[in-house]
Amino acid sequence: MNTAKRELETNTMLLNLGPSHPAMHGALRTQIELDGELIVRAASEMGYLHRCFEKHSEHSTYQQVIPYTDRLNYLSALMNNVGYCRAVEKLLGIETPERCILIRVVMCELSRIMDHLVCVGTNLVDIGALTNFWYFFNVREKIYTLIEKVTGARLTYAYTRIGGVARDIYPDFPAEVKSVLKEVDQAVNDVRGLVVNNRIFVERTVDVGRVTKQQAIEWGFTGPCLRASGVPHDLRKSEPYYLYNEFDFDIPIAENGDTYDRTMVRFEEIRQSGRIIHQALDRLRPGPVHSDDPRVVMPPKEEVYGSIEGLMRHFKLIMHGIEPPPGEVYSATEAANGELGFYIVSDGSMHPYRIKVRPPCFPLFAAFEKMIEGLMVADAIAILGSLNIVVGELDR
Amino acid sequence: MLEVLKQKFGSAILDHHQNYGDETVVVDRASILEVMKFLKQNAACPFNLFLDLGGVDYPNRNPRFELVYHLYSLPRNRRIRIKTALPESDLKIRSVISVWESADWFEREAFDMFGIHFEGHPNLKRLLMWEGFQGHPLRKDYPIDKRQPIPVMADLV
Repeated sequence: MNTAKRELETNTMLLNLGPSHPAMHGALRTQIELDGELIVRAASEMGYLHRCFEKHSEHSTYQQVIPYTDRLNYLSALMNNVGYCRAVEKLLGIETPERCILIRVVMCELSRIMDHLVCVGTNLVDIGALTNFWYFFNVREKIYTLIEKVTGARLTYAYTRIGGVARDIYPDFPAEVKSVLKEVDQAVNDVRGLVVNNRIFVERTVDVGRVTKQQAIEWGFTGPCLRASGVPHDLRKSEPYYLYNEFDFDIPIAENGDTYDRTMVRFEEIRQSGRIIHQALDRLRPGPVHSDDPRVVMPPKEEVYGSIEGLMRHFKLIMHGIEPPPGEVYSATEAANGELGFYIVSDGSMHPYRIKVRPPCFPLFAAFEKMIEGLMVADAIAILGSLNIVVGELDR
Repeated sequence: MLEVLKQKFGSAILDHHQNYGDETVVVDRASILEVMKFLKQNAACPFNLFLDLGGVDYPNRNPRFELVYHLYSLPRNRRIRIKTALPESDLKIRSVISVWESADWFEREAFDMFGIHFEGHPNLKRLLMWEGFQGHPLRKDYPIDKRQPIPVMADLV
């Protein structure tokens, strides 16, 4: 018989990853062509969560855009609030008081911690390590509770205002944050200890989805994914804003740019954010949390009721909102995923003429289809989790 | 950087400003690819990170559309904004995908939102909207409450 000599006939098979699958972290769709378990080709599709953020903004006032920005990266919504308000303040030429800046820094770094906790926690679930997820989500809940006490919300805060923040922190906030940070450190130590030499984790992640330095730059990576490939670029160091040049902290980088490194960089960034928060809290002094620029701040009640100027100013701010001078600005902040940029064009009216968001995970997801070719399906899932795609900001 | 660009490209540099500290150069669209290649490959300040690309629609201006590129130089920590204008009657520009791979999806998004054609793009399809979507939503004359035909599901059996 010569059947043994005949080669087995194989056909490739098409498989949809997503759009609706827990491992795809939101509504993402990647169609892959499989040869056995190997990915021969891959192509991604996005847009399932498009909410017309940019079109909507053109029909809103500058203040009305703030709640929309919460819905971009909903894992670290406060960073979008800050990034947007900072861009409009640049357009208006407004300096915010130091206490406001420090509160924004604390909120941003807490958000970065929460974002990384979710990213690493869910990525570990995807590759089979459930316990770590509970360790991380446990402390994340505690940070949520603190932020809820300040902002009144747990997920979509709309906490910043153009020129300041909505309300001051409460007196016990610094002490409570410091105590939660201790628990965060403990959780990071626990989880890191569980995975760093864990054979399953190491084999699933080391050399999986390697991105070289050149590739990372060519593909437009920023944030932890770029730093994991060995490029020490962080806007908090390279273009310091908000007193970041006065804080003592390090930028963790790694060399291989694989899934393992992307996870480890995030572990270390959580610790560094903790250091920044400690320093920012220690620097807090009593003072205003809002700029006193009459173009953006409501006049005090006695002025509204007692003088025609106060009444007019109140009326103008309520009915017309903020009217920045004509011009265009691009303002970038280092969000949890990388550079979050807002390009705003003003025509001098109460509506932004154009807002273009530069979402940090847009180039990351664009590169995903290139990263997974030649790998296995299970690797694709591990890689996707380590890129931390947040569909809210990807699709806008 | 501006002086270098002016020297090298002369009349292709139409305008420039530094409002709000953002270095901005307006480039003639015919030379966009050459200018972009030079910006990425020059030794003094290579803009190796392609950050962002977006369109802006000015219906009362001629040319009507504007494309805005944001670039970053990792070795020098510097930014530059390149703008170029496109007339409605001839809405196309050469793709910069050969310079930065990451321009791929940004150009698809600009095509989707404004209908700008990028010549030389290997896969110029809609990105955020679906195939069969009518119009380009970020154009100023696209009404915010416009309804779209709902795609009909094909029978499975």
